[in-house]
Amino acid sequence: MKHTKLPSHAGVGFKPEHFDTITEKRQPIGFFEVHAENYMGDGGLPHAQLTRLRENYALSLHGVGLSIGSAQDLDRDHLIRLRRLCERYQPESFSEHLAWSSHDTTFLNDLLPLPYTRETLLHVAEHVDQVQETLGRQMLLENPATYLLFAESTIPETEFLAEIARRTGCGLLLDVNNVFVSATNHGLDAAAYLKAFPLTYVGEIHLSGHAVTKDETGAPLLIDTHDTQVADPVWALYESVIARTGPTASLVEWDDNIPAWPVLAREAQAAQVILDRARRPAAA
Amino acid sequence: MMNTTQSRFAEALLDRTRPVPADVTSWTGSAPVKRYGVYRNNVATGLARALAARFPVTEKIVGEEFFTAMARDFVLAHPPTSPVLLHYGADFAGFVADFVPAASLPYLPDIVRLEDAQTRAYHARDTAPISPDVLTRVTSERMSGLTFHFHPAVRLVRSAFPIVTIWSMNAGLLPLAPIKDWRAEDALVTRPELSVITRQVSPGSAIFLLALMRHATLGEAFDEALQADAEFDLGRNLAELMRSGALIDIVAEPSLEA
Repeated sequence: MKHTKLPSHAGVGFKPEHFDTITEKRQPIGFFEVHAENYMGDGGLPHAQLTRLRENYALSLHGVGLSIGSAQDLDRDHLIRLRRLCERYQPESFSEHLAWSSHDTTFLNDLLPLPYTRETLLHVAEHVDQVQETLGRQMLLENPATYLLFAESTIPETEFLAEIARRTGCGLLLDVNNVFVSATNHGLDAAAYLKAFPLTYVGEIHLSGHAVTKDETGAPLLIDTHDTQVADPVWALYESVIARTGPTASLVEWDDNIPAWPVLAREAQAAQVILDRARRPAAA
Repeated sequence: MMNTTQSRFAEALLDRTRPVPADVTSWTGSAPVKRYGVYRNNVATGLARALAARFPVTEKIVGEEFFTAMARDFVLAHPPTSPVLLHYGADFAGFVADFVPAASLPYLPDIVRLEDAQTRAYHARDTAPISPDVLTRVTSERMSGLTFHFHPAVRLVRSAFPIVTIWSMNAGLLPLAPIKDWRAEDALVTRPELSVITRQVSPGSAIFLLALMRHATLGEAFDEALQADAEFDLGRNLAELMRSGALIDIVAEPSLEA
Protein backbone atom coordinates (compact mmCIF):
# COMPACT_ATOMS: atom_id res chain seq x y z
CA MET A 1 0.00 0.00 0.00
CA LYS A 2 1.36 3.36 -1.05
CA HIS A 3 2.00 5.93 1.71
CA THR A 4 2.70 9.41 0.43
CA LYS A 5 2.60 12.62 2.39
CA LEU A 6 1.55 16.16 1.74
CA PRO A 7 4.18 18.77 2.55
CA SER A 8 3.83 20.10 6.11
CA HIS A 9 2.78 23.52 4.87
CA ALA A 10 -0.40 25.50 4.45
CA GLY A 11 -2.51 24.72 1.39
CA VAL A 12 -5.82 25.89 -0.01
CA GLY A 13 -8.76 24.41 -1.87
CA PHE A 14 -8.34 25.04 -5.60
CA LYS A 15 -11.02 27.17 -7.22
CA PRO A 16 -11.04 27.62 -11.01
CA GLU A 17 -11.59 31.39 -10.57
CA HIS A 18 -8.05 31.59 -9.14
CA PHE A 19 -6.41 29.53 -11.86
CA ASP A 20 -4.80 32.40 -13.80
CA THR A 21 -3.32 34.00 -10.70
CA ILE A 22 -1.81 30.81 -9.33
CA THR A 23 -0.37 29.56 -12.60
CA GLU A 24 1.01 32.92 -13.74
CA LYS A 25 3.40 33.10 -10.84
CA ARG A 26 4.25 30.46 -8.29
CA GLN A 27 2.40 31.15 -5.04
CA PRO A 28 3.78 30.41 -1.57
CA ILE A 29 1.24 27.62 -1.14
CA GLY A 30 2.29 24.17 0.06
CA PHE A 31 -0.39 22.23 -1.81
CA PHE A 32 -3.80 22.46 -3.42
CA GLU A 33 -6.80 20.30 -2.68
CA VAL A 34 -9.58 19.47 -5.13
CA HIS A 35 -12.89 17.68 -4.75
CA ALA A 36 -12.50 14.45 -6.68
CA GLU A 37 -16.06 14.48 -8.03
CA ASN A 38 -15.46 17.74 -9.92
CA TYR A 39 -12.86 15.96 -12.04
CA MET A 40 -14.90 12.97 -13.07
CA GLY A 41 -15.89 14.32 -16.47
CA ASP A 42 -14.21 12.83 -19.53
CA GLY A 43 -12.13 15.83 -20.53
CA GLY A 44 -12.19 19.56 -21.17
CA LEU A 45 -11.11 22.53 -19.10
CA PRO A 46 -11.27 20.97 -15.60
CA HIS A 47 -8.70 18.31 -16.52
CA ALA A 48 -6.56 20.79 -18.45
CA GLN A 49 -6.42 23.03 -15.37
CA LEU A 50 -5.75 20.22 -12.92
CA THR A 51 -2.95 18.86 -15.11
CA ARG A 52 -1.33 22.27 -15.17
CA LEU A 53 -1.79 22.76 -11.43
CA ARG A 54 -0.33 19.33 -10.70
CA GLU A 55 2.84 20.21 -12.60
CA ASN A 56 3.56 23.00 -10.13
CA TYR A 57 2.10 22.01 -6.77
CA ALA A 58 1.55 19.08 -4.44
CA LEU A 59 -2.02 17.78 -4.66
CA SER A 60 -4.60 16.47 -2.24
CA LEU A 61 -7.57 14.61 -3.73
CA HIS A 62 -10.57 14.98 -1.44
CA GLY A 63 -13.66 12.88 -2.08
CA VAL A 64 -17.13 14.09 -1.12
CA GLY A 65 -19.30 11.36 -2.65
CA LEU A 66 -18.00 7.91 -1.74
CA SER A 67 -20.40 7.46 1.19
CA ILE A 68 -17.99 5.41 3.30
CA GLY A 69 -20.42 5.43 6.20
CA SER A 70 -23.20 3.97 4.09
CA ALA A 71 -25.02 0.91 5.41
CA GLN A 72 -24.97 -0.43 1.87
CA ASP A 73 -22.09 -1.58 -0.29
CA LEU A 74 -19.69 0.99 -1.66
CA ASP A 75 -20.39 2.13 -5.21
CA ARG A 76 -17.91 0.09 -7.28
CA ASP A 77 -18.13 2.42 -10.25
CA HIS A 78 -17.31 5.36 -8.06
CA LEU A 79 -14.34 3.58 -6.55
CA ILE A 80 -13.03 2.86 -10.03
CA ARG A 81 -13.44 6.52 -10.98
CA LEU A 82 -11.43 7.45 -7.89
CA ARG A 83 -8.76 4.93 -8.77
CA ARG A 84 -8.49 6.37 -12.26
CA LEU A 85 -8.07 9.87 -10.87
CA CYS A 86 -5.39 8.68 -8.44
CA GLU A 87 -3.56 6.95 -11.26
CA ARG A 88 -3.77 9.96 -13.51
CA TYR A 89 -2.81 12.70 -11.05
CA GLN A 90 -0.80 10.76 -8.44
CA PRO A 91 -1.98 12.96 -5.54
CA GLU A 92 0.12 13.00 -2.39
CA SER A 93 -3.06 12.32 -0.44
CA PHE A 94 -6.56 10.93 -0.86
CA SER A 95 -9.14 11.64 1.82
CA GLU A 96 -12.84 11.07 2.46
CA HIS A 97 -15.33 11.55 5.27
CA LEU A 98 -16.72 9.58 8.18
CA ALA A 99 -20.23 10.11 6.82
CA TRP A 100 -22.70 8.75 4.31
CA SER A 101 -24.25 10.53 1.34
CA SER A 102 -25.97 7.84 -0.73
CA HIS A 103 -28.88 5.59 0.10
CA ASP A 104 -30.56 3.06 -2.17
CA THR A 105 -30.18 4.65 -5.59
CA THR A 106 -30.23 8.24 -4.35
CA PHE A 107 -27.23 10.50 -3.90
CA LEU A 108 -28.15 13.00 -1.19
CA ASN A 109 -25.19 15.34 -1.70
CA ASP A 110 -24.55 15.97 1.99
CA LEU A 111 -22.24 14.45 4.56
CA LEU A 112 -24.78 12.72 6.77
CA PRO A 113 -24.11 11.50 10.31
CA LEU A 114 -24.05 7.95 11.56
CA PRO A 115 -24.48 6.41 14.98
CA TYR A 116 -21.23 5.27 16.56
CA THR A 117 -21.75 1.65 17.55
CA ARG A 118 -19.82 -1.59 17.27
CA GLU A 119 -21.90 -2.47 14.18
CA THR A 120 -21.17 0.78 12.33
CA LEU A 121 -17.51 0.63 13.34
CA LEU A 122 -16.99 -2.79 11.76
CA HIS A 123 -18.88 -1.68 8.72
CA VAL A 124 -16.89 1.53 8.18
CA ALA A 125 -13.62 -0.32 8.77
CA GLU A 126 -14.57 -2.79 6.04
CA HIS A 127 -15.28 0.05 3.65
CA VAL A 128 -12.00 1.78 4.45
CA ASP A 129 -10.18 -1.52 3.80
CA GLN A 130 -11.94 -1.80 0.46
CA VAL A 131 -11.04 1.77 -0.53
CA GLN A 132 -7.38 1.31 0.38
CA GLU A 133 -7.21 -2.02 -1.47
CA THR A 134 -8.83 -0.60 -4.59
CA LEU A 135 -6.73 2.55 -4.64
CA GLY A 136 -3.56 0.76 -3.56
CA ARG A 137 -2.83 3.57 -1.15
CA GLN A 138 -3.48 4.74 2.36
CA MET A 139 -6.43 7.07 2.75
CA LEU A 140 -7.23 9.72 5.34
CA LEU A 141 -10.63 9.67 7.05
CA GLU A 142 -12.09 13.02 8.16
CA ASN A 143 -14.07 13.75 11.32
CA PRO A 144 -17.47 15.21 10.36
CA ALA A 145 -19.34 18.33 11.41
CA THR A 146 -22.58 17.09 12.96
CA TYR A 147 -25.79 18.78 14.04
CA LEU A 148 -27.52 16.03 15.98
CA LEU A 149 -26.87 12.79 17.85
CA PHE A 150 -28.18 9.23 17.72
CA ALA A 151 -29.73 7.66 20.76
CA GLU A 152 -28.04 4.35 19.93
CA SER A 153 -24.45 5.73 19.82
CA THR A 154 -22.19 4.06 22.38
CA ILE A 155 -18.67 5.04 21.25
CA PRO A 156 -17.21 8.55 21.44
CA GLU A 157 -16.24 9.89 17.99
CA THR A 158 -12.54 10.18 18.89
CA GLU A 159 -12.45 6.54 19.97
CA PHE A 160 -14.37 5.49 16.88
CA LEU A 161 -11.86 7.20 14.59
CA ALA A 162 -8.87 5.83 16.52
CA GLU A 163 -10.22 2.30 16.24
CA ILE A 164 -10.85 2.64 12.49
CA ALA A 165 -7.30 3.89 12.02
CA ARG A 166 -5.88 1.05 14.15
CA ARG A 167 -7.83 -1.62 12.31
CA THR A 168 -7.35 -0.40 8.76
CA GLY A 169 -4.05 1.45 8.82
CA CYS A 170 -5.74 4.54 7.42
CA GLY A 171 -4.67 8.00 8.49
CA LEU A 172 -6.98 10.71 9.79
CA LEU A 173 -7.84 14.12 8.50
CA LEU A 174 -8.50 16.36 11.47
CA ASP A 175 -10.93 19.13 10.57
CA VAL A 176 -10.53 21.60 13.42
CA ASN A 177 -13.52 23.64 12.32
CA ASN A 178 -15.63 20.48 12.37
CA VAL A 179 -14.38 19.79 15.89
CA PHE A 180 -15.45 23.24 17.02
CA VAL A 181 -18.79 23.06 15.19
CA SER A 182 -19.68 19.58 16.50
CA ALA A 183 -18.49 20.25 20.05
CA THR A 184 -20.53 23.46 20.23
CA ASN A 185 -23.55 21.73 18.70
CA HIS A 186 -23.40 18.95 21.27
CA GLY A 187 -22.62 21.04 24.33
CA LEU A 188 -19.11 19.59 24.59
CA ASP A 189 -15.67 21.10 25.09
CA ALA A 190 -13.70 21.21 21.84
CA ALA A 191 -10.38 21.24 23.72
CA ALA A 192 -11.36 18.06 25.54
CA TYR A 193 -12.32 16.44 22.23
CA LEU A 194 -8.90 17.34 20.82
CA LYS A 195 -7.20 16.04 23.92
CA ALA A 196 -8.84 12.67 23.23
CA PHE A 197 -8.15 12.77 19.50
CA PRO A 198 -5.55 10.23 18.26
CA LEU A 199 -3.21 12.83 16.79
CA THR A 200 -0.54 10.29 15.79
CA TYR A 201 -2.72 9.26 12.84
CA VAL A 202 -3.26 12.78 11.51
CA GLY A 203 -1.93 13.31 7.98
CA GLU A 204 -3.74 16.55 7.24
CA ILE A 205 -5.67 19.29 8.99
CA HIS A 206 -8.64 21.25 7.64
CA LEU A 207 -9.59 24.80 8.58
CA SER A 208 -12.65 26.68 7.38
CA GLY A 209 -15.37 29.11 8.33
CA HIS A 210 -18.80 28.38 9.81
CA ALA A 211 -22.12 30.14 10.36
CA VAL A 212 -23.61 30.77 13.79
CA THR A 213 -27.31 30.11 14.41
CA LYS A 214 -29.47 28.85 17.28
CA ASP A 215 -31.77 25.87 17.65
CA GLU A 216 -35.34 26.14 18.97
CA THR A 217 -34.17 26.00 22.60
CA GLY A 218 -31.79 28.91 22.05
CA ALA A 219 -28.74 26.64 22.17
CA PRO A 220 -26.04 27.53 19.64
CA LEU A 221 -26.23 25.66 16.36
CA LEU A 222 -23.14 26.15 14.21
CA ILE A 223 -23.21 25.23 10.55
CA ASP A 224 -20.18 24.11 8.58
CA THR A 225 -20.54 26.46 5.61
CA HIS A 226 -17.01 26.93 4.19
CA ASP A 227 -18.07 30.39 3.08
CA THR A 228 -16.09 32.74 5.29
CA GLN A 229 -12.89 33.27 7.27
CA VAL A 230 -11.70 30.78 9.87
CA ALA A 231 -13.16 31.84 13.24
CA ASP A 232 -10.87 32.95 16.09
CA PRO A 233 -11.65 30.04 18.45
CA VAL A 234 -10.84 27.64 15.59
CA TRP A 235 -7.46 29.33 15.08
CA ALA A 236 -6.78 28.95 18.80
CA LEU A 237 -7.64 25.24 18.71
CA TYR A 238 -5.51 24.81 15.61
CA GLU A 239 -2.55 26.42 17.29
CA SER A 240 -2.93 24.08 20.26
CA VAL A 241 -3.02 21.07 17.91
CA ILE A 242 0.08 22.17 15.99
CA ALA A 243 1.91 22.74 19.28
CA ARG A 244 1.35 19.03 19.94
CA THR A 245 1.79 17.55 16.44
CA GLY A 246 4.46 19.82 15.03
CA PRO A 247 4.10 21.07 11.45
CA THR A 248 1.32 19.19 9.61
CA ALA A 249 -0.18 19.80 6.16
CA SER A 250 -3.00 22.28 6.81
CA LEU A 251 -5.70 23.24 4.35
CA VAL A 252 -7.94 26.29 4.26
CA GLU A 253 -11.26 25.29 2.68
CA TRP A 254 -13.40 28.02 1.18
CA ASP A 255 -16.07 26.62 -1.14
CA ASP A 256 -18.83 29.19 -1.17
CA ASN A 257 -18.85 33.02 -1.55
CA ILE A 258 -15.37 32.45 -2.90
CA PRO A 259 -13.13 35.43 -2.19
CA ALA A 260 -10.49 37.03 -4.39
CA TRP A 261 -7.18 35.18 -4.33
CA PRO A 262 -5.38 37.53 -1.90
CA VAL A 263 -8.04 36.96 0.79
CA LEU A 264 -7.66 33.20 0.54
CA ALA A 265 -3.88 33.45 0.38
CA ARG A 266 -3.93 35.53 3.59
CA GLU A 267 -5.85 32.76 5.39
CA ALA A 268 -3.24 30.24 4.24
CA GLN A 269 -0.52 32.64 5.35
CA ALA A 270 -2.07 32.83 8.81
CA ALA A 271 -1.88 29.03 9.06
CA GLN A 272 1.69 29.10 7.74
CA VAL A 273 2.75 31.51 10.49
CA ILE A 274 1.51 29.03 13.09
CA LEU A 275 3.27 26.16 11.32
CA ASP A 276 6.53 28.13 11.13
CA ARG A 277 6.35 28.90 14.81
CA ALA A 278 6.13 25.17 15.54
CA ARG A 279 9.08 24.49 13.24
CA ARG A 280 11.40 26.76 15.17
CA PRO A 281 13.03 25.13 18.19
CA ALA A 282 11.29 26.40 21.29
CA ALA A 283 12.96 29.45 22.79
CA ALA A 284 14.36 28.99 26.25
CA MET B 1 -30.17 -1.79 12.07
CA MET B 2 -27.73 0.52 10.33
CA ASN B 3 -29.69 0.23 7.09
CA THR B 4 -33.00 0.95 8.81
CA THR B 5 -31.53 4.01 10.53
CA GLN B 6 -30.25 5.38 7.23
CA SER B 7 -33.48 4.58 5.34
CA ARG B 8 -35.52 6.55 7.85
CA PHE B 9 -33.03 9.39 7.89
CA ALA B 10 -32.87 9.55 4.08
CA GLU B 11 -36.63 9.34 3.49
CA ALA B 12 -37.45 12.28 5.74
CA LEU B 13 -34.72 14.39 4.11
CA LEU B 14 -36.57 14.39 0.81
CA ASP B 15 -40.12 14.20 2.14
CA ARG B 16 -40.83 17.12 4.42
CA THR B 17 -44.23 15.77 5.36
CA ARG B 18 -42.47 13.03 7.32
CA PRO B 19 -41.53 13.71 10.92
CA VAL B 20 -37.91 13.93 12.08
CA PRO B 21 -36.62 10.34 12.57
CA ALA B 22 -37.38 9.09 16.07
CA ASP B 23 -33.85 7.87 16.80
CA VAL B 24 -32.10 11.24 16.44
CA THR B 25 -31.61 13.39 19.48
CA SER B 26 -29.80 16.43 20.82
CA TRP B 27 -27.93 17.24 24.02
CA THR B 28 -30.55 19.82 24.95
CA GLY B 29 -33.11 17.04 25.25
CA SER B 30 -35.62 18.71 22.93
CA ALA B 31 -36.63 17.19 19.58
CA PRO B 32 -33.94 18.21 17.09
CA VAL B 33 -36.29 19.57 14.42
CA LYS B 34 -34.13 22.55 13.53
CA ARG B 35 -30.98 20.44 13.69
CA TYR B 36 -32.40 17.82 11.35
CA GLY B 37 -33.59 20.76 9.24
CA VAL B 38 -29.94 21.71 8.61
CA TYR B 39 -29.49 18.42 6.75
CA ARG B 40 -32.78 18.85 4.88
CA ASN B 41 -31.71 22.30 3.82
CA ASN B 42 -28.19 21.19 2.86
CA VAL B 43 -29.61 18.52 0.56
CA ALA B 44 -32.16 20.71 -1.20
CA THR B 45 -30.02 23.85 -1.35
CA GLY B 46 -26.84 22.03 -2.36
CA LEU B 47 -28.53 20.24 -5.23
CA ALA B 48 -30.42 23.37 -6.34
CA ARG B 49 -27.07 25.16 -6.46
CA ALA B 50 -25.57 22.34 -8.51
CA LEU B 51 -28.39 22.93 -10.99
CA ALA B 52 -27.84 26.70 -10.95
CA ALA B 53 -24.18 26.08 -11.82
CA ARG B 54 -25.22 23.92 -14.78
CA PHE B 55 -28.02 26.19 -16.00
CA PRO B 56 -26.80 29.75 -15.32
CA VAL B 57 -28.66 31.39 -18.22
CA THR B 58 -31.91 29.68 -17.28
CA GLU B 59 -31.40 31.12 -13.79
CA LYS B 60 -30.63 34.57 -15.23
CA ILE B 61 -33.84 34.54 -17.29
CA VAL B 62 -36.20 33.64 -14.45
CA GLY B 63 -34.23 35.24 -11.61
CA GLU B 64 -32.51 33.58 -8.68
CA GLU B 65 -35.55 33.30 -6.45
CA PHE B 66 -37.76 31.70 -9.09
CA PHE B 67 -34.99 29.37 -10.21
CA THR B 68 -34.23 28.21 -6.67
CA ALA B 69 -37.90 27.43 -6.00
CA MET B 70 -38.20 25.53 -9.29
CA ALA B 71 -34.90 23.71 -8.74
CA ARG B 72 -35.84 22.68 -5.19
CA ASP B 73 -39.08 21.16 -6.47
CA PHE B 74 -37.11 19.29 -9.12
CA VAL B 75 -34.46 18.12 -6.65
CA LEU B 76 -36.99 16.61 -4.26
CA ALA B 77 -38.85 14.86 -7.07
CA HIS B 78 -35.75 13.79 -9.03
CA PRO B 79 -32.79 13.46 -6.68
CA PRO B 80 -29.52 12.45 -8.34
CA THR B 81 -28.56 8.80 -8.65
CA SER B 82 -24.83 9.39 -8.98
CA PRO B 83 -22.31 11.18 -6.75
CA VAL B 84 -20.95 12.80 -9.90
CA LEU B 85 -23.19 15.85 -10.36
CA LEU B 86 -21.54 17.19 -13.53
CA HIS B 87 -24.46 15.93 -15.60
CA TYR B 88 -27.18 16.08 -12.94
CA GLY B 89 -30.43 17.43 -14.37
CA ALA B 90 -30.52 15.59 -17.69
CA ASP B 91 -34.31 15.48 -17.20
CA PHE B 92 -34.60 19.07 -15.93
CA ALA B 93 -35.88 20.35 -19.31
CA GLY B 94 -38.89 18.02 -19.16
CA PHE B 95 -39.62 19.15 -15.60
CA VAL B 96 -39.41 22.81 -16.60
CA ALA B 97 -41.77 22.17 -19.53
CA ASP B 98 -44.39 20.89 -17.07
CA PHE B 99 -43.68 23.49 -14.39
CA VAL B 100 -46.88 25.54 -14.42
CA PRO B 101 -45.43 28.80 -13.00
CA ALA B 102 -42.98 28.88 -15.96
CA ALA B 103 -45.69 28.34 -18.58
CA SER B 104 -45.49 31.97 -19.73
CA LEU B 105 -41.93 31.28 -20.95
CA PRO B 106 -42.53 28.50 -23.50
CA TYR B 107 -38.93 28.72 -24.75
CA LEU B 108 -37.46 28.02 -21.30
CA PRO B 109 -37.23 24.20 -21.65
CA ASP B 110 -35.22 24.67 -24.85
CA ILE B 111 -32.82 27.03 -23.09
CA VAL B 112 -32.38 24.27 -20.47
CA ARG B 113 -31.70 21.77 -23.25
CA LEU B 114 -29.17 24.12 -24.80
CA GLU B 115 -27.35 24.58 -21.49
CA ASP B 116 -27.43 20.82 -20.94
CA ALA B 117 -25.72 20.40 -24.31
CA GLN B 118 -23.16 23.06 -23.38
CA THR B 119 -22.13 21.44 -20.09
CA ARG B 120 -21.90 18.05 -21.78
CA ALA B 121 -19.66 19.62 -24.39
CA TYR B 122 -17.59 21.27 -21.63
CA HIS B 123 -16.83 17.91 -20.00
CA ALA B 124 -16.60 15.83 -23.20
CA ARG B 125 -13.58 13.68 -23.98
CA ASP B 126 -10.56 15.51 -25.39
CA THR B 127 -9.78 14.75 -28.98
CA ALA B 128 -8.29 16.79 -31.80
CA PRO B 129 -10.52 18.00 -34.65
CA ILE B 130 -9.34 17.16 -38.16
CA SER B 131 -7.65 19.76 -40.26
CA PRO B 132 -10.09 21.84 -42.35
CA ASP B 133 -8.26 21.01 -45.60
CA VAL B 134 -8.75 17.22 -45.44
CA LEU B 135 -11.55 17.42 -47.99
CA THR B 136 -9.25 18.86 -50.64
CA ARG B 137 -7.61 15.43 -50.81
CA VAL B 138 -10.85 13.62 -51.62
CA THR B 139 -11.63 13.00 -55.30
CA SER B 140 -14.97 14.32 -56.44
CA GLU B 141 -16.42 10.91 -57.35
CA ARG B 142 -15.92 9.71 -53.76
CA MET B 143 -17.45 12.78 -52.15
CA SER B 144 -21.07 11.63 -51.95
CA GLY B 145 -20.10 8.39 -50.17
CA LEU B 146 -18.21 10.12 -47.36
CA THR B 147 -19.29 9.64 -43.77
CA PHE B 148 -18.31 11.94 -40.93
CA HIS B 149 -17.28 11.34 -37.33
CA PHE B 150 -18.11 14.13 -34.94
CA HIS B 151 -16.20 15.33 -31.90
CA PRO B 152 -17.79 13.91 -28.69
CA ALA B 153 -18.58 17.50 -27.62
CA VAL B 154 -20.83 18.23 -30.59
CA ARG B 155 -24.56 18.66 -29.97
CA LEU B 156 -27.32 20.08 -32.09
CA VAL B 157 -30.33 21.61 -30.32
CA ARG B 158 -33.39 22.45 -32.40
CA SER B 159 -36.05 24.83 -31.16
CA ALA B 160 -39.26 26.47 -32.32
CA PHE B 161 -38.02 29.62 -30.50
CA PRO B 162 -35.09 32.01 -31.02
CA ILE B 163 -33.03 30.19 -28.38
CA VAL B 164 -29.61 31.22 -29.65
CA THR B 165 -30.56 34.90 -29.57
CA ILE B 166 -32.21 34.58 -26.14
CA TRP B 167 -29.28 32.62 -24.76
CA SER B 168 -26.69 35.03 -26.20
CA MET B 169 -28.48 38.07 -24.73
CA ASN B 170 -28.69 36.51 -21.28
CA ALA B 171 -25.14 35.17 -21.41
CA GLY B 172 -23.93 38.73 -22.01
CA LEU B 173 -22.79 38.07 -25.58
CA LEU B 174 -25.45 40.32 -27.15
CA PRO B 175 -27.09 43.42 -25.69
CA LEU B 176 -30.46 42.72 -24.11
CA ALA B 177 -33.14 44.02 -26.47
CA PRO B 178 -36.61 43.10 -27.67
CA ILE B 179 -36.37 40.32 -30.28
CA LYS B 180 -38.08 41.65 -33.42
CA ASP B 181 -37.50 38.57 -35.54
CA TRP B 182 -39.16 35.95 -33.30
CA ARG B 183 -38.54 32.68 -35.14
CA ALA B 184 -37.24 29.15 -34.75
CA GLU B 185 -33.48 28.83 -34.18
CA ASP B 186 -31.23 25.79 -34.12
CA ALA B 187 -27.99 25.74 -32.17
CA LEU B 188 -24.76 23.92 -32.96
CA VAL B 189 -22.61 23.38 -29.87
CA THR B 190 -18.93 22.55 -30.40
CA ARG B 191 -15.75 22.52 -28.34
CA PRO B 192 -12.79 22.21 -30.68
CA GLU B 193 -10.31 23.12 -27.90
CA LEU B 194 -11.35 23.96 -24.33
CA SER B 195 -13.96 26.65 -24.93
CA VAL B 196 -17.54 25.73 -25.71
CA ILE B 197 -18.87 27.51 -28.82
CA THR B 198 -22.57 27.95 -29.53
CA ARG B 199 -23.72 29.20 -32.89
CA GLN B 200 -26.92 29.39 -34.81
CA VAL B 201 -27.39 27.27 -37.91
CA SER B 202 -30.18 27.43 -40.51
CA PRO B 203 -32.93 24.77 -40.53
CA GLY B 204 -31.43 23.22 -43.66
CA SER B 205 -28.00 23.06 -42.01
CA ALA B 206 -29.52 21.49 -38.90
CA ILE B 207 -31.12 18.71 -40.96
CA PHE B 208 -27.87 18.24 -42.88
CA LEU B 209 -25.81 18.01 -39.67
CA LEU B 210 -28.25 15.70 -37.89
CA ALA B 211 -28.16 13.34 -40.89
CA LEU B 212 -24.35 13.34 -40.85
CA MET B 213 -24.35 12.74 -37.09
CA ARG B 214 -26.45 9.61 -37.74
CA HIS B 215 -23.64 8.58 -40.14
CA ALA B 216 -25.71 9.11 -43.28
CA THR B 217 -23.42 9.61 -46.28
CA LEU B 218 -22.74 13.10 -47.53
CA GLY B 219 -24.99 12.38 -50.51
CA GLU B 220 -27.87 11.24 -48.32
CA ALA B 221 -27.49 14.19 -45.96
CA PHE B 222 -27.47 16.59 -48.91
CA ASP B 223 -30.71 15.06 -50.22
CA GLU B 224 -32.39 15.45 -46.83
CA ALA B 225 -31.25 19.04 -46.53
CA LEU B 226 -32.49 19.86 -50.03
CA GLN B 227 -35.93 18.51 -49.22
CA ALA B 228 -36.14 20.88 -46.28
CA ASP B 229 -34.56 23.83 -48.03
CA ALA B 230 -34.50 23.94 -51.84
CA GLU B 231 -31.75 26.60 -51.66
CA PHE B 232 -29.48 24.57 -49.40
CA ASP B 233 -25.90 25.46 -50.34
CA LEU B 234 -23.78 22.31 -50.00
CA GLY B 235 -20.45 23.98 -50.72
CA ARG B 236 -20.90 26.68 -48.12
CA ASN B 237 -22.24 24.26 -45.48
CA LEU B 238 -19.41 21.84 -46.05
CA ALA B 239 -16.82 24.59 -45.80
CA GLU B 240 -18.38 25.83 -42.54
CA LEU B 241 -18.49 22.33 -41.13
CA MET B 242 -14.83 21.75 -41.97
CA ARG B 243 -13.89 25.01 -40.23
CA SER B 244 -16.09 24.42 -37.16
CA GLY B 245 -13.80 21.99 -35.39
CA ALA B 246 -16.77 19.62 -35.05
CA LEU B 247 -15.22 16.70 -36.94
CA ILE B 248 -12.61 14.21 -35.86
CA ASP B 249 -12.62 11.93 -38.88
CA ILE B 250 -13.94 11.53 -42.41
CA VAL B 251 -14.31 8.05 -43.77
CA ALA B 252 -14.03 7.72 -47.54
CA GLU B 253 -15.52 4.25 -47.90
CA PRO B 254 -19.03 3.89 -46.55
CA SER B 255 -18.98 0.91 -44.24
CA LEU B 256 -21.45 -1.91 -44.90
CA GLU B 257 -23.42 -1.18 -41.72
CA ALA B 258 -23.88 2.45 -42.64
